[in-house]
Amino acid sequence: MAPSDKTAKGGQIHPAQQNDDVTRRDFLNEIALSALGIAAVGSAVVTYRYLSPNVLFEPPTKFRAGSPDLYPVNSVTYLPEQQVYVVRTGEGFFAVSAVCTHLGCVTQWKPESDQIACPCHGSKFKPDGTKIEGPAPRPLPHFQITLTLDGELQVDKLEMVKPNQVLKA
Amino acid sequence: MATTFQEALARLRETRVWKSIFRRGPALTNRTRSLAMFGNIFLHFLPVKVREKSLRVRATYYLGSISFILFAVLSITGVLLMFYYHPAIPQAYRDMKDLQFVVSNGVFLRNLHRLAAQLMVLAVFVHMFHVFYRGGYKPPHEFNWVVGVVLLLVTLFLSYTGYLLPWDQLAFWAITVGTNIISAMPVLGKYVRFQLLGGNLVGENALLRFYVLHCVVLPIAAVVFIAVHFWRVQKDGGLTVRDQNGRKEE
Repeated sequence: MAPSDKTAKGGQIHPAQQNDDVTRRDFLNEIALSALGIAAVGSAVVTYRYLSPNVLFEPPTKFRAGSPDLYPVNSVTYLPEQQVYVVRTGEGFFAVSAVCTHLGCVTQWKPESDQIACPCHGSKFKPDGTKIEGPAPRPLPHFQITLTLDGELQVDKLEMVKPNQVLKA
Repeated sequence: MATTFQEALARLRETRVWKSIFRRGPALTNRTRSLAMFGNIFLHFLPVKVREKSLRVRATYYLGSISFILFAVLSITGVLLMFYYHPAIPQAYRDMKDLQFVVSNGVFLRNLHRLAAQLMVLAVFVHMFHVFYRGGYKPPHEFNWVVGVVLLLVTLFLSYTGYLLPWDQLAFWAITVGTNIISAMPVLGKYVRFQLLGGNLVGENALLRFYVLHCVVLPIAAVVFIAVHFWRVQKDGGLTVRDQNGRKEE
């Protein structure tokens, strides 16, 4: 280190240096660096917040699926805007996600083979969402399906239910 | 003819404008040649001397240069494509179709951009394999190897973000699948996906974000790292030269 760093004017050792105290310069440097550090972290946080949109123009997660009479017994109906299958069996109604649990492609209902098939990587499912074959790690989830007061079906994609939960017809 | 050209050039060199730009005068001695390199912002990070041997053309020699030339081609064609492209739904797809069928030479530029992009990924990989098998990652080149790996990642991210911009079926599902792969990353996955897409679906926000990354953020990163990469090649002693026994010459 250069002598001018260590010593005060005239070549004498600064009193603060002798007993390892913090000098005024070190103190101010640390204050300034801390302030810059806090400002940098703050900027990163507000930038992250700025980049996270607060309002999204995406299809609503809770939607009405019309009157139960629209769905014949033993049918699978695909609702393209919501990417949901409404399935009606002899027991009643349930809603199955049409989004493949592998990598998020939208599956297709194949009535001729009684299967739900994913075009991306070949996963196949039964109409109740259980996997037949392919790379999908989980069965297709079931969403909560209820009847509104005026008698329409309503699906909530944020509420997952057990596959055996059926809305009685 | 040649003499009149040389005379004209000599007269040009005497003009005040020329002298204000090139202060050193003609590079006739080794000293003035060095000064010409040092005094030029575009040349100053290159060596003032290069061994003739290291310029010898070999089958694998120009892989790095080819990658860089492809990057230059991509920058130029990319800027030209930007004049006709709106990063919005559904205009993006229509603009791409316009480029193919309506705009003069649009299909040429679009295909050049796409092919150069695919070739660049290939060239960067082959360049990396070449450097690896020649031991180019060993000291003193470790840092530049890491810079090279960063450049490989930047190249792949450029390729990936550009893939969404045509807004066709291939683009949409490739980005759907790709961002779902990202969300498989532990802890951070779903946040990174949300930030990257600007939402939960591949939609309007995602297209705009990928456009900004593709046209601004990643190219700037690439230029910065390419500059460091080239500069460091020279600081680490220039391109590796081997004698006939395959040993590194000092």
